[in-house]
Amino acid sequence: MCQVVEEYPDQLERADLPSVSKKCGKCKEASTAVVIRTADTYCRGCFKEYFVHKFRATLGKNRIIFPGEKVLLAVSGGPSSCAMLNQVQEGLNQNAHKKLRFLPGIIYIDEGCAVNQTVEERQRKVSELQAVFKAAGFPFHIMPLEQVLDLPNSVVVAAPSPSEQLASTYKAAVDHFIQAKRSNDLTAQDQEETSVPYVQESHTQRLQQLIGSAKTLTAREDLLNTLKQHLLVHIARSKGYSKLMLGDNCTRLAVKLLTSISLGRGAQLAQDTGFSDSRYGDIIVVRPMRDYSANEIASYNHMFNVPCVVIPSLNTKTPDRASVHCLTESFVTKLQVDFPSTVSTIYRTSEKLQTAGRSSISTNLCDRCLLCMCTMDTAVEKASAFQATQVSTQLSQAKPTGSPEQPTASGQCCSGAGTEGCGSGVGCCSSASVKTPDLKSLLCYSCQLTIKDMLSVEHLPAYILSEAQRRLRRFRMREDISEFLLDDGDEGGDV
Amino acid sequence: MPVLCSACTEKRAVLKRPKTGHSLCKECFFWAFEEEVHYTIVAAQLFKPGETVAIAASGGKDSTVLAHVMKLLNERYSYGLKLMLLSVDEGITGYRDDSLETVKRNQEQYELPLKIVSYEELYGWTMDAIVKQVGLKNNCTFCGVFRRQALDRGAIILKVDKICTGHNADDVAETVLMNVLRGDVARLRRCTAISTASEGEGVVPRCKPLKYSYEKEIVLYAYFKKLDYFSTECIYSPNAYRGYARTFLKDLESIRPSSIMDIIHSGENLCVREGVKMPVQGTCKRCGYISSQALCKSCVLLEGLNRGLPKLGIGKHHRLHDKILSQQPLTEKEERKLKSVDF
Repeated sequence: MCQVVEEYPDQLERADLPSVSKKCGKCKEASTAVVIRTADTYCRGCFKEYFVHKFRATLGKNRIIFPGEKVLLAVSGGPSSCAMLNQVQEGLNQNAHKKLRFLPGIIYIDEGCAVNQTVEERQRKVSELQAVFKAAGFPFHIMPLEQVLDLPNSVVVAAPSPSEQLASTYKAAVDHFIQAKRSNDLTAQDQEETSVPYVQESHTQRLQQLIGSAKTLTAREDLLNTLKQHLLVHIARSKGYSKLMLGDNCTRLAVKLLTSISLGRGAQLAQDTGFSDSRYGDIIVVRPMRDYSANEIASYNHMFNVPCVVIPSLNTKTPDRASVHCLTESFVTKLQVDFPSTVSTIYRTSEKLQTAGRSSISTNLCDRCLLCMCTMDTAVEKASAFQATQVSTQLSQAKPTGSPEQPTASGQCCSGAGTEGCGSGVGCCSSASVKTPDLKSLLCYSCQLTIKDMLSVEHLPAYILSEAQRRLRRFRMREDISEFLLDDGDEGGDV
Repeated sequence: MPVLCSACTEKRAVLKRPKTGHSLCKECFFWAFEEEVHYTIVAAQLFKPGETVAIAASGGKDSTVLAHVMKLLNERYSYGLKLMLLSVDEGITGYRDDSLETVKRNQEQYELPLKIVSYEELYGWTMDAIVKQVGLKNNCTFCGVFRRQALDRGAIILKVDKICTGHNADDVAETVLMNVLRGDVARLRRCTAISTASEGEGVVPRCKPLKYSYEKEIVLYAYFKKLDYFSTECIYSPNAYRGYARTFLKDLESIRPSSIMDIIHSGENLCVREGVKMPVQGTCKRCGYISSQALCKSCVLLEGLNRGLPKLGIGKHHRLHDKILSQQPLTEKEERKLKSVDF
């Protein structure tokens, strides 16, 4: 085989190249402009049709957005969210076949402080984006992430969802809307000249301190995402929007699914990666771009000149092993090369999942995680991974010599065998100092991991800490009177 | 300044636990490791007193540690179990013969009865012969499917009530990841269960007492206890798909050591939507083993091997089951598809 003069007596088998036809696979007339999914060929026109149709089909299939509703588009400047913005523009175009019927607004959250950008850099990016948003013609809001420090407590409290918007009422609502429209035209929303709120230097520093208090990049990313989500929900609520659209594409959702599993968010997978996410109660998060792969979006943006702005994030230019998210992303991308169906298989798995256990409209607030607002998954079951980890922690530490103060059994933590393994300096269980409450019992499994990675929780925004204290107080109150309560489980109304 | 053990705070710490990061001395580590396995057994109610339990022993670190710990706990906590070793000979020269020697040594060391079943006597094929026909890509499927049935048949011969295998936390986490990558929702739901269902004839329930023990801790335990085990990788395994999941898991562990338990936690809390099609458990029409199709997988694989169609059994083949059952020859087109093998 390695001779100087190589002779191959038999004909070497020619590797089969996938044959790509020169003509568009759909209309069979025009020449191919793009190949997606290994062998599907499209010409320019057919590709645009396919792309636009998919967007409408996704929205129409999942009858969630009712006509006339105000929908907030979360645009980060990246290719997916800009493509989403472009599609919404197309859809609302007067000449469009089957116009979209909702009222959009745009929100961009400037997280420059978390990435340590200078004020000038931030302003430059913001003005680039402002140009894009103005061209779109919808009302837009630009918020610096620092606003998260001033949020009210209500953000982390799931509001009751409005009157049930069932799929059955969808058809009726659409008909009604069309009838009404015949009389008056849909008033396009005026673009208000909203100026970017001024950011105080101290706020920036506080936020940087908060992000910096997380030791690992994984925890930092998680924290940043949580804060961003809270801010988005708050803005949607305060400006009267009832739906929030995120621009996550198929590839990103596949990576998110694997990352969530690796972080212990198995119980919340359906909400993290599904089409609609109703954990906030009144605001429903929708992901219309979830059927598009990153390649399709990139091809579309290139071919039809969709403007997007590159903005660095926390994990830009970090090595593969910097965080769980980066590792998963590189893993999936590399695997996709050898096994082209990886992303779609993972994505299809996400479609088959649902939220575990109780319905997500439960009003019993102690059942919801303080940070991510999903149903708690730390119920003490005798044989579970969570319990096993706690046993290990207990066995690896010295037993206390009769602690004088009985730690207040914060319900869902360790099963009565003392909670000495509880924290890693996250404030003691019993006589909690007023400043730093013990958050562990209020968090789901993966949020607990994030908090464990933080040096201290005192930098968390005030709304989180005060809500935590409120819940703890409420829980202790309930404990005091538990023997007199007749109703054992969920009680209606505010907890 | 030597670091003190965090459990007894007296002796010097000699190791750092991969699972929680605490520094422990030898005795405290042994104690913690054994207690955790004991806790798992008790919490999940894996055994009942008076049962006969077969320990699936391959001679590798997991099964050696499992045998050691089971014997130890059985005595310490009076489980009242009758233990025995069950080993499977796949017929891989150079790999299995050596590990079987280790199992025989274990038998003498732990004074437990031993039974060895081989693929040759059960199926008429050794793994070496199978790999010659199938190639290096899908051979792990054959080995795994055959081994499962071999263990069950061995257990029936030995008349035991339960089998326990040495699957550790890393294995379970890898399986969860693999099932997500492969889109196998049915398996995804079942794979984190600590013991299998015990209904049906010809099926011996099996459990994983080491489910929450990290692989690294098992190695640490074996090392410090100076246990004798065989530590080479199977020569046919490098191209298995599981390798990808394993590398990913190892990298994850280096970023966040608790990832392994986190993945198991995720797997345990997954919930599949109603209305998703799930396979129903029935029996194989040919051999009577449990199966969700007309023919069980090992019958299909064996049929493929015997007929010289190595790809039968890899990929979708339910439509061919009737043909196989009635011994009809397959059409030429079907044969051609099933014959091609890529090395």
